[in-house]
Amino acid sequence: MESVRTAKVTTTSSSPARSYLGSTKSVLLLAAGAFMLVNMYLIFMWAPTEAVMGHVQRIMYIHVPLAWLAFLAFFIVFVGSLMYLWKRESKWDMLASSAAELGVVFTSLVLITGPIWGKPIWGIWWTWDARLTTTLVLWLIYVSYLMLRAYSSNRSQGALYSAVLGVIGFVDVPIVYFAVNWWRTQHQRLVIGSGSLEGSLNADMRTTLYFSMVAFTLLFSFLLWQKMSDKRIEEDLRSIRYSKELTRGARIGR
Amino acid sequence: MKEFLRPVFLVTWKDILLELRSREVVIASMVFAIMVVVIFNFALNVTPETVDILAPGILWVAFVFAGVLAMSRAFVIEKDQGSLEGLLLCPVSRDSLYFGKMLSLFLFMTVVEAVLLPIFAVLFDFSAFSFTLIGVILLATLGFATVGTLFSSIAVNTRSREIMLPVLFFPVITPVIIGAVETSTGAIGSSVNVIGVGRWLQLIAVFDAVFLVLCPWAFGLVMEE
Amino acid sequence: MNCAEGTPAIKVVDLHKDFGDYPVLRGLNLTVEWGRLLVIFGANGSGKTTLLKLLATQYRPDRGEIWVGGIRRSQDPVAIRRIIGVVAHQPMLYQDMTCQENLTFFGRMHGLDDIPRRIDDVLHKVGLEVRRHQRVRTLSHGMQKRLAIGRAILHDPPILLMDEPESGLDQEALASMGDLLRMEAGSNRTAVMTTHNVDRGLAWGQEVAVLSDGVIAYKADRDSLDEGRFRGTYLKQIEVAP
Repeated sequence: MESVRTAKVTTTSSSPARSYLGSTKSVLLLAAGAFMLVNMYLIFMWAPTEAVMGHVQRIMYIHVPLAWLAFLAFFIVFVGSLMYLWKRESKWDMLASSAAELGVVFTSLVLITGPIWGKPIWGIWWTWDARLTTTLVLWLIYVSYLMLRAYSSNRSQGALYSAVLGVIGFVDVPIVYFAVNWWRTQHQRLVIGSGSLEGSLNADMRTTLYFSMVAFTLLFSFLLWQKMSDKRIEEDLRSIRYSKELTRGARIGR
Repeated sequence: MKEFLRPVFLVTWKDILLELRSREVVIASMVFAIMVVVIFNFALNVTPETVDILAPGILWVAFVFAGVLAMSRAFVIEKDQGSLEGLLLCPVSRDSLYFGKMLSLFLFMTVVEAVLLPIFAVLFDFSAFSFTLIGVILLATLGFATVGTLFSSIAVNTRSREIMLPVLFFPVITPVIIGAVETSTGAIGSSVNVIGVGRWLQLIAVFDAVFLVLCPWAFGLVMEE
Repeated sequence: MNCAEGTPAIKVVDLHKDFGDYPVLRGLNLTVEWGRLLVIFGANGSGKTTLLKLLATQYRPDRGEIWVGGIRRSQDPVAIRRIIGVVAHQPMLYQDMTCQENLTFFGRMHGLDDIPRRIDDVLHKVGLEVRRHQRVRTLSHGMQKRLAIGRAILHDPPILLMDEPESGLDQEALASMGDLLRMEAGSNRTAVMTTHNVDRGLAWGQEVAVLSDGVIAYKADRDSLDEGRFRGTYLKQIEVAP
């Protein structure tokens, strides 16, 4: 007769704070923090003011990296989902769901900064511009991903279903982009202002933009790592709680 | 090949037989679609001047909402009677089951659309008998049925299934809706000029092809094969 | 029907199934020889239905392997479904089709020959000949369960899996069900049945087992049953149940 297995608990060193400070993750946090501080200086002080749009244009240094990360996060959701469907290991599910939770936040920020940038320039909040519209659809897919996880009957079903959605959604996004893009070019009259918001960038602006991309990506990476650690701890807690219930001889109900 | 096709047609035929007896899906969708059209007519204040611009959009909103109703009912019936499990116990591949359900959903939706199309043609004064229009309706409905079968099989197993299906379905099929409305605008022979109807049809066809491969695979995973 | 010499009818090794919130099956091992009727006892939530669904290829194991009729689940679940008959909680029948239509449909899905004769045979066995052309919706719960059994044996499967077949039945239906099952299970078929009715289970089964804490905690032939141990493992779980 098999005895009750004890839960696997990840061991941490005696002082959590000290182990945290010495870890690679904290290095990442420091790097991200440092880069972001420099980034803020660059964006608001150093970068030249754009001739046509004025100071409002500085939002681009935030909006564009956020957009890049929103889509990068979705790519990570895709990879995590595929790997989970293949290996069925919970670490891949954690990667996918962490990326999705971050992704929805970043996407929301893109959808907020976009109109803030656009309103002074175009005069209206929203113009169904191709990239912003695709981002809106991406946001909807993120939300449906998180809802699916929340409304599934149990955690493992939630992981399976959302992984399927992660793959389907990712394949869909390029098709959405093409469709929306053609749709926009067909209805030129609704597009106010020519082409993209960016206009032309000089060397200093480009430097600021690239630096900002790096800074935000570092921040994103740290947040993703932290989220995954949190999820791992939650899972360990669940295992401990479950094995405690077993040893107490309590009834396990469905 | 025959081993694969036989169960597909058996499942489709079974669905058709059950629908003929219970009439739960098709009639409800039809009525719903007509209500949508009437409401939109008032809400958008359609006039003879604006009808050419608005009609294709209203048409597709009606088709899509009626379609979502059809696909949700189709799977809820299976789930509540436990008959989906019965199907899953048959010695057939999950692909066959998927295509069987997809085909019956496709047929139900096209029947609803076939009945509705002449009605809309009369209400909005356009010619229903354009090959392009019929072509885009078939292609788009195929896309809806492909993705819809998968998502309704997922949604039916969750809490709050009525909200999960639309939430999953609508974002993913936006390309099909855009393409369908654009093509219909051109096909109705209206005053609005539409460039590249062919390109839109290609887009929908690519969507269909991609998801006709992806969705059966996903369905097998969802059914824990 | 293919069964390699010497392989048991059902073999389960280190089976794990977890629904994410808690593990249900935790390294379960089980062997059932051909021609035996095994009754598995377990409290609600112990994983009986999960185990049966795993055997019926309805669920996929998280870890571990299952062989049914010598066929590996991870290799060919379709082939397994060909040789099993399943009776579950729900009748799994189409309410708006008649008994005959339901059986015909499932017979065709199984790719059977000679379906009309098989249907006659099966309807006779479950005592539903007079109801042949009645819609399932009009049948009582007990009759639907009998039809479900009929559907399970239509393709003459060598292995039967039954999940609490007696649930929801009245006395009379129970009696006829018992005869039916004993006859079916006895006739050279291998059967695994779950129940939480101790008396009936002990009456019907040749072997008994207790599913507890996600594994088979106790298994023995009914004749050499150690009452103490049996009640210890089984009743222990239901005793602490609120």
